[in-house]
Amino acid sequence: MSGLVMPALNAQTIARRDEIIADMKIIVPGEGVVHTENGMRPFETDALTAYRQMPLVVVLPETVQQVSRILKYCHDRNIRVVPRGSGTSLSGGALPLGDAVLLVMTRFNRILDIDYANRTVTAQPGVTNLGITNSVQHEGFYYAPDPSSQIACSIGGNIAENSGGVHSLKYGLTANNVLGIEMVLMNGEVVRIGGKHLDAEGYDLLGIMTGSEGLLGVVTEVTVRILKKPETARAVLLGFPSSEQAGQCVADIIGAGIIPGGMEMMDRPAIHAAEDFVHAGYPLDVEALLIVELDGPAAEVDHLIQRVETLARANGSTTCLVSNSEAERMTFWAGRKAAFPAVGRISPDYLCMDGTIPRKELPKVLAGMRELSEKHRLRVANVFHAGDGNLHPLILYDANKDDELERAEAFGADILRLCVKVGGVLTGEHGVGVEKRDLMPEMFSEDDLNQQIRVKCAFDPNHLLNPGKVFPQLHRCAELGRMHVHRGQIAFPDIPRF
Amino acid sequence: MTRFTPTTPEEVLETVRWAAAEETPVEVLGHGSKRGIGHVTQTEHQIDLSKLTGVTLYEPEELVLSARAGTPLAEIEALLAEHNQELQFEPLDYGPLLGEAEGRGTIGGVLAANLSGPRRLKAGAARDHILGIHAVSGRGEAFKSGGRVVKNVTGYDLSKAMAGSWGTLAVVTDVTFKVMPRAETEATLVLRGLAEEQAAEAMSIAMGSSGEVASVAHLPESVTGRVLDGALRGKGSTLLRLEGFGPSVDYRFERLAALLQGRGTQGRIDGDESRKLWREIRDCRPFADGTPRPVWRVSMTPSEGHRMVMALRMEAAVDAFYDWQGGLIWLRMEAYPEAEAVRRLIAQFGGGHATLIRAHPMVRDGVPLFQPPARGLAALSQRLKEQFDPKGILNPGRMGF
Repeated sequence: MSGLVMPALNAQTIARRDEIIADMKIIVPGEGVVHTENGMRPFETDALTAYRQMPLVVVLPETVQQVSRILKYCHDRNIRVVPRGSGTSLSGGALPLGDAVLLVMTRFNRILDIDYANRTVTAQPGVTNLGITNSVQHEGFYYAPDPSSQIACSIGGNIAENSGGVHSLKYGLTANNVLGIEMVLMNGEVVRIGGKHLDAEGYDLLGIMTGSEGLLGVVTEVTVRILKKPETARAVLLGFPSSEQAGQCVADIIGAGIIPGGMEMMDRPAIHAAEDFVHAGYPLDVEALLIVELDGPAAEVDHLIQRVETLARANGSTTCLVSNSEAERMTFWAGRKAAFPAVGRISPDYLCMDGTIPRKELPKVLAGMRELSEKHRLRVANVFHAGDGNLHPLILYDANKDDELERAEAFGADILRLCVKVGGVLTGEHGVGVEKRDLMPEMFSEDDLNQQIRVKCAFDPNHLLNPGKVFPQLHRCAELGRMHVHRGQIAFPDIPRF
Repeated sequence: MTRFTPTTPEEVLETVRWAAAEETPVEVLGHGSKRGIGHVTQTEHQIDLSKLTGVTLYEPEELVLSARAGTPLAEIEALLAEHNQELQFEPLDYGPLLGEAEGRGTIGGVLAANLSGPRRLKAGAARDHILGIHAVSGRGEAFKSGGRVVKNVTGYDLSKAMAGSWGTLAVVTDVTFKVMPRAETEATLVLRGLAEEQAAEAMSIAMGSSGEVASVAHLPESVTGRVLDGALRGKGSTLLRLEGFGPSVDYRFERLAALLQGRGTQGRIDGDESRKLWREIRDCRPFADGTPRPVWRVSMTPSEGHRMVMALRMEAAVDAFYDWQGGLIWLRMEAYPEAEAVRRLIAQFGGGHATLIRAHPMVRDGVPLFQPPARGLAALSQRLKEQFDPKGILNPGRMGF
């Protein structure tokens, strides 16, 4: 681990490991408690593989009651808990702690209810994102948020991370597609929020839970909205001599009132890596490639494709290919979808960043990245959710070379600082986790962060759930609860009138 | 009574700090256009945000707009319209229903009440479009959350926490919303003569089609004459709204009409007339009758809406119409709110919540106007409130807890 400081281990917990394992076996009988070194090895990391840590013990409950009893047990004994879905977090959200129970939700893998009349699916949290779509696609429905890990990532993990995907510009993120959850609080209490109806009857706790990275509660059931598949989808492949022109084309498309189903950009290094890998037919003589997917009724898609072509030509596009079959559309996407593994072929290791910027700042940010690339002596390839400004710079490095990981991380941090500087944010969809935790002060003041931690205090006042993630310093709730403003000490003791 | 009218976020901070230090409750309001909703806050002081105004950022190509919380919604909608854009969630205007002027309300109030409209199923509510906020907590501390970009998972989403909090957690000073292009045109397919059960089925088929139906509503016979100056008077009308580019709307209209062939008599309403119709449904015009008769706003599982209403009719005199495929029900009671019956039947038919939007002051007393949260949620909500506003100075009691 390079420089990452996790909460100090609780020696008392570690001393009681055998007792805790025995008690967990009583709560979860059968095969649900894993404590041998070999058994726990697969759980020591998530998709941010630079960080590894063996947990205290791995527990795989099967019922809500078991989850509730585990959490209550840990709550009463001051034992930390790290929840985990499929372990696909790119920010280390499910990184274990040496003194924490790793609560793995993969056995919650059943679809509980499919309701076509109201277009909802209720599932246990371990069902994969794609599993939701698979359960309804024979009727022509699907679940819209489609993170690239959708074949593996769990719907419960999607709630924790507020996952997006290439279609989120038009169809929204997880937060816009989830209707209800059941969850267990750290004290073992089971609460239900929402259902098949819309909007909350009080505070928007569903909105707070979505994207809370496993620090507030453990989700045990999820109800999401499903959509009818669009009648048709076609993609346009557009090549440009400069990223400025491609960026302007994106702005013009949106300016014309067109919201594509997906709009992705790749820079030259990403285009070349992808084309060498999957031979999607991408032009190699361009600096930027746009894939614009239009979906909906056939009449609308045909109409919009013509308008997009016109806008692309006006912005100096040198390549313009329109998919004329489903196979062709898939080929256009093949390169983009394989961009990460493609980059993996040209470099032993890569670090995938995830900042979001106002779209118009793209040329400035790309230029800044070129400078940073020279400064840190590492290559970078860019894929970009162009429609919503979400950048994924892939920093290429070799972990076996002395200081390359450190340089790659410093490069990544510099990129994220640049994103914040131009009005963007540290993470668009991968989460803060441990990876961007120490960068939070780049974006938030102490008061900003303290108010977020106070929300955590309402859910988990002893900071037992997933500590060490998201917040650089987790102040004690009692300390945060103190009011520092006292009568007579404020700047304007008289009643101010404006 | 002191009415503070801050004109800058710094002045808001100063005022709340004072109130926190004095531990004196304040009512937070913008235009006060929704003051009739929820429990009356008895406070000695008010923080009036109607002078905290101005659009601070609008970049149409970036689909983003920021404004001070007291900026009139009407001003923002007019500015967006100049650029062929809009707040896609169509915030409703409670004015007509509450017997007040229409077109009032601030952008901060839109968030505080989590407003939405007939596109709720497809496009979401204010909570789905808020990107970032600046606010002052009841502790007297300024904080921000979110940002100005659509895709952002950096830290907890405190912007959403403000949605529907009715000013009880923090005083929001600035909001940033996602904005969207306005549809080029729209048309409404009307199905006449369907009973409520048949209407529910037709609405479900429409929303489950690939026709990208933006809104679906059903006006029973008793209500149908109270929109479009009586143009739909007569049999119940099931309304299906299609929006988009001209050729697309026509194409989808034909497809949808064919799909629903044999379900009632079909008609078509186009363009401005269609827009007017949906605005009237949005603002609950059919019950904007100048009386104080109780009006409930109910959210529940769409397919259960009409069943709940049928059961309620056995117990009370009630008039009703449906938006959101039946998931939003506006109920007008003849005399008393019948809160117990309404909430019992909602629970019986799959759950949801009911808010008493309008009622005579005499009958409001003793009725929980907002749906009381379930036990576990109530405690959690209370803890959340304490973390933002430990002294309970912001709009105390407004939401009933």
